[in-house]
Amino acid sequence: MSHPVIEVAAVTKRFGETLAVDAVGFAVPRGVTAALLGGNGAGKTTTLSMLLGLLLPTAGHIRIFGEDMLRHRYRVLPRMNFSSPYVDLPHRLTVRENLTVYGRLYGLAHLAARIESLTRDLQIAEFLDRQTGKLSAGQKTRVALAKALINEPELLLLDEPTASLDPDTGDWVRGYLETYQRRSGATILLASHNMNEVERLCSEVMMMRKGRIVDRGSPRELIDRYGRDTLEQVFLDIARAGERFDPREAAQ
Amino acid sequence: MSAAPDVLSSRAGFSPSRLGAMVLRYLYLLRSSWPRALELLYWPAIQMVLWGFTSQFLMTNSSYVSRAGGVLLAAVMLWDVMFRGQLGVSISFLEELWSRNLGHLFVSPLRPYEWVLSLLTMSLVRVMIGVVPAALLAIPLYHYSIFTLGLPLIAFFVLLLVMGWGLGLVIGALLLRHGLGAESLAWLAVFLLAPASAVYYPVSVLPVWLQYVAWTLPAAHVFEGMRAVMFEGRFPLDHFLAAAALDAVYLVVGTAIFLIAFRQARERGALLQMGE
Repeated sequence: MSHPVIEVAAVTKRFGETLAVDAVGFAVPRGVTAALLGGNGAGKTTTLSMLLGLLLPTAGHIRIFGEDMLRHRYRVLPRMNFSSPYVDLPHRLTVRENLTVYGRLYGLAHLAARIESLTRDLQIAEFLDRQTGKLSAGQKTRVALAKALINEPELLLLDEPTASLDPDTGDWVRGYLETYQRRSGATILLASHNMNEVERLCSEVMMMRKGRIVDRGSPRELIDRYGRDTLEQVFLDIARAGERFDPREAAQ
Repeated sequence: MSAAPDVLSSRAGFSPSRLGAMVLRYLYLLRSSWPRALELLYWPAIQMVLWGFTSQFLMTNSSYVSRAGGVLLAAVMLWDVMFRGQLGVSISFLEELWSRNLGHLFVSPLRPYEWVLSLLTMSLVRVMIGVVPAALLAIPLYHYSIFTLGLPLIAFFVLLLVMGWGLGLVIGALLLRHGLGAESLAWLAVFLLAPASAVYYPVSVLPVWLQYVAWTLPAAHVFEGMRAVMFEGRFPLDHFLAAAALDAVYLVVGTAIFLIAFRQARERGALLQMGE
């Protein structure tokens, strides 16, 4: 039996006295698009950072592709990638230069052809020789996506992939991710508080609140469980619940 | 949709390709901004001009300098090798903080030690861009060629460059720990060591307690060695060996401190947050 692509067991992260992530555990099977959904400070980005190995957990275990992420990170990193609006690509390098550097970091052969086809797919070929910092937010997002897809990752981690985009561009990016996922069979985990995005892209949602996963299921299951019409209403129920939040009570 | 890319090497240990990618990244950056390239040329040239005229004056007024014309110029240029060597490491490091790029770099297969090697490589490139034109400029302006030092020049160059690397890595560690708040250290730290490095005067000029400090610096041995070559026409092997041994310590300790700071940055989550 194959391992889930992501296995997280009792992962905790403390920053001094602050408990940012509290004994979180979940698994994401191959080929699934899943979401960590929660408000600001819920622990989504911290969890993603630990999955990427950028942040070391205080306790717990993370396995990606069956490998212990703390001990064998470099076996896994070539098979995954990441994008976030909060981590920039160097602004003064052109799009082509940025993609060349990252393509070489991933050890890609036929890099020029890869950049050409990827930028054509993402409709950024005309900006290839423009400095990345001089692009619009939508163009930058597509360039960041090109960087995230340069190695054709089997696992793609996305932190708020459509933050600050206008609805048209956001919709285009979501469509592209759907197509990529279908074609490549990749596993995608995204952190978001955009309900439309999560409902459209994800078959599995983990609701986070104050560093814990307080509920999980498909968007439809969550909506039905809470007796609501939309995932946004479920989100608000959870976000506005009191200190002693109990998902079973909230769902009744 | 495009086809899946071929991967040349993903699981090997050290990767020359990744090292090359990082060097390329910094060369792209250097190429993208002529003021940055000009800055590399500017200070060595200005220093050389300033001290060249000073030494011209002193040569007619000081028996010390008149015994070996060009000693101050040689000292200025060699000091710049160390300063540029340290700055070359620190500036390439700062480029990543300024561009908030560390998060992307370290979700790629780039190893921290490969990054360190790329910083050292770029330091060498920056030093060559800065110091070689200044050295060539001294020939028509002052009729002094530092290349007359011969083979010892190579030894002095390497010893000072490696000391600069060691310091640059420690400053990089401080930047990882304190963020851009520690940026000024990149520009100032090396000058703290200038008095004890005995760049323009013999170590014996220093107070006795400071002489003990001086002998822990590879630079003090190098500049003593430089004066021995220029004044006495001999290559002092004892100073060379002492500087080489100290350099090894500086480089190993600098690398260790940098890698420890890198791990601590991963514990604090600083790799994603660093930037302006």
